[in-house]
Amino acid sequence: MKWLIDWLDHRTGHRKWIREALFENIPGGSQWRYVWGSTLTFTLFLQVVTGLFLWMSYSPGANNAWESVYFIQYEMNFGWLLRGIHHYAAQLMIILLVLHLMQVMIDGAYKAPREINFWFGLLLLQLTLALSLTGYLLPWDQKGFWATKVATSLLGVIPVLGDSLQKLVVGGSDYGHLTLTRFFVLHAGVLPGLVILLVVFHIYLFRRHGIKPKEPKTKPDEYFWPQQVFKDSVACLAVLVAILLLIVRHRLFDTEGPLGAELGAPADPSQPYDAARPEWYFLFLFQFLKYFKGGQEIWGAIYIPMGILGFMFLMPFIGKWKMGHRFNLLYMMVLAGGAAVLTGLAIQEDRSKPELRLAIEEAHQNAERVLELAQSESGIPVEGAVSLLWNDPLTQGPRLFARHCASCHRFGGKDGMGRVMDEEKDPQTASDLKGFATREWLTRFLNEESFHSPEMFGGTQFSEKGKMRRVVSKITDYDAEEKLALEKVIVAISAEASLPMQKTIDENDLEIIIEGRRILDEEESCMDCHLFHNEDEETEGPVLTGYGSEAWLIDFVGDPTHSRFYGEKNDRMPAFLKLGSLDLKSIELIVKWLREDWYRPESTP
Amino acid sequence: MISEQSNSASDRRGFFAGVLSIIIGGVVSIFPFAAGLAVFLDPIRRREKTGRGLIRVASLSSLPSDGSPKYFPVIASRRDAWNHYPSSPIGAVYLRRIPESEVQAFNVACPHAGCFVGYQKSQDHFLCPCHNSRFALNGHIDDKNSPSPRGMDELDVEIRNDEEIWVNFQTFQPGKEEKIPSA
Repeated sequence: MKWLIDWLDHRTGHRKWIREALFENIPGGSQWRYVWGSTLTFTLFLQVVTGLFLWMSYSPGANNAWESVYFIQYEMNFGWLLRGIHHYAAQLMIILLVLHLMQVMIDGAYKAPREINFWFGLLLLQLTLALSLTGYLLPWDQKGFWATKVATSLLGVIPVLGDSLQKLVVGGSDYGHLTLTRFFVLHAGVLPGLVILLVVFHIYLFRRHGIKPKEPKTKPDEYFWPQQVFKDSVACLAVLVAILLLIVRHRLFDTEGPLGAELGAPADPSQPYDAARPEWYFLFLFQFLKYFKGGQEIWGAIYIPMGILGFMFLMPFIGKWKMGHRFNLLYMMVLAGGAAVLTGLAIQEDRSKPELRLAIEEAHQNAERVLELAQSESGIPVEGAVSLLWNDPLTQGPRLFARHCASCHRFGGKDGMGRVMDEEKDPQTASDLKGFATREWLTRFLNEESFHSPEMFGGTQFSEKGKMRRVVSKITDYDAEEKLALEKVIVAISAEASLPMQKTIDENDLEIIIEGRRILDEEESCMDCHLFHNEDEETEGPVLTGYGSEAWLIDFVGDPTHSRFYGEKNDRMPAFLKLGSLDLKSIELIVKWLREDWYRPESTP
Repeated sequence: MISEQSNSASDRRGFFAGVLSIIIGGVVSIFPFAAGLAVFLDPIRRREKTGRGLIRVASLSSLPSDGSPKYFPVIASRRDAWNHYPSSPIGAVYLRRIPESEVQAFNVACPHAGCFVGYQKSQDHFLCPCHNSRFALNGHIDDKNSPSPRGMDELDVEIRNDEEIWVNFQTFQPGKEEKIPSA
């Protein structure tokens, strides 16, 4: 063994290197205060290693990026752990950088002859922030997409060059494949390369000038090995433990949240995302920007932050005087305090916005839903996971309902998206469609009191005129036998809809359904106006054959003025397809959603 | 005497600090590699099913009656990591009519190193363009010095409705004398 090491040492001189590395003198002995630099080197090491492994499965591209991150996070063995380490180490790195900077400032280690090293440190701080910013976009989820969009849009406010600069970064005027390839090269190539280069020089210069101890020294000098190495390794262990705790915290404390880093719903430029917020360490800038009027953003986004940072480059010279050093410390305190206050304000302002909470909730729902769909048997199509949400009745139905139907109809008293409607502005003038064509819904419909309530037909002209109101008024006087017959008719009409949620009870009540059909067929007060499995005749009221079924509803929404439905008696409902205000696919999505006909994970074998 | 004692005490402390540093340093350095390797090794753990069942490839009438082979692509649903393709090319086969069992099917991949074997009409044999493995029309090795360790990989065929040719498309590990399905 010894001869091998001798052989190696003769050729590489590694003994001298190790000796120099380990037996560096630390004036005043080892200190816990000196660990920050080492923990930062350690997090950089973590990022390089986990980053390279992530790289093996990540695919930059507008319909592959989210999908590959999904695959890492949910399909690959321990992918959540790998991604979690990378995500949370990045967050801790920012905290450690601030601690390191503060330590250097307080100990006066930024002053001559260490100016250049201080500047390197400031550059490293900016590079780390740039790494965070570029990395935030790579999963191509709604959060990263919209947050980064804000960041790149701000580039556009730079005079003269802004527009071109923005196009260069984004890779065109629209976000897409090239945005991701460019951000990825920056994030995984250019920026880490620069960071490693600067860190090497940073450590070299640090070794050249040595540690700046706090005077007067309270302990005798020590070598770096073993006591300082011990302290450094314990600190690195603490960092790692903190990262692991952050990764598993939701499982550990049984709170709601992902195992490891979050992955939102895939980026969708057409879908508003009110929950767009930058990472917490950029919140102060986010808040700061709110105080600048249109046309002056450049002051909040570029000039002032650059000025503040630029001034820090002068600190080594200002710090030459005792008062100067104190001024520098005060400057840093004010800066840190200001950032903390702005961050607090941003959080507080967000907390006081109920819409934001709804938006965040919707974002979570979409993220969970797309996961269910991606994990389904049919998997992710080539167009990308965003198409899963676009074709999903559960996701699109409420959105479309809120936009096109909720100004008259309601869904469970709300607009479909869970928002309460303004009854002054958009009073309810048509029925509540939650549970449409179910037995319960039809029971409410065929009851005089509820028929005239705004939840059913109270807001329509059918409440004031027409034959239906006469029919329901007669129902009130039904005797027990007639009521029983009515119940059977309701079961039979409801079965026409073949609602997925009534599948089991419909199957069980087959006899009642047959009986109900027979009664309906013979009941003149119904058959006077409606048709039921005898399509060739003329009708006054809506056809009851297939009532509430997918095909019936699609045709109905498409054109309620059709002779099969209300014909000329149609109240105010627009013929959505005929007028072109909705396409067939959108109507299908609304109808499927109303019928609660969507993919459910437990229903797959 | 006193200084010697304190020296040995600080030596002992130094020794423990050193040993602990090495242990802790080792653990924290190995950890990201361990997490990365677990993900890296994921494809080994993942066992895709090789047999996709029978796939309809061609119709009987599209085969020449003289027994010469014809090439057909095989289209089937495919899962590629995160993507699902309802119909996508997954390989190709040579089909030929033979007297006894009607149709014979070969995977086009050379059992030597996986190149796409060509059919030489003029010489009436299969020839691999990469390393010149030669196969007779029945798929057997047609060359004493054949680089290929086995004949072309024959696939199970089923004729349905007297017309449709369904093939059990499979790939086999190249370079081995035995036909072992690749997992």
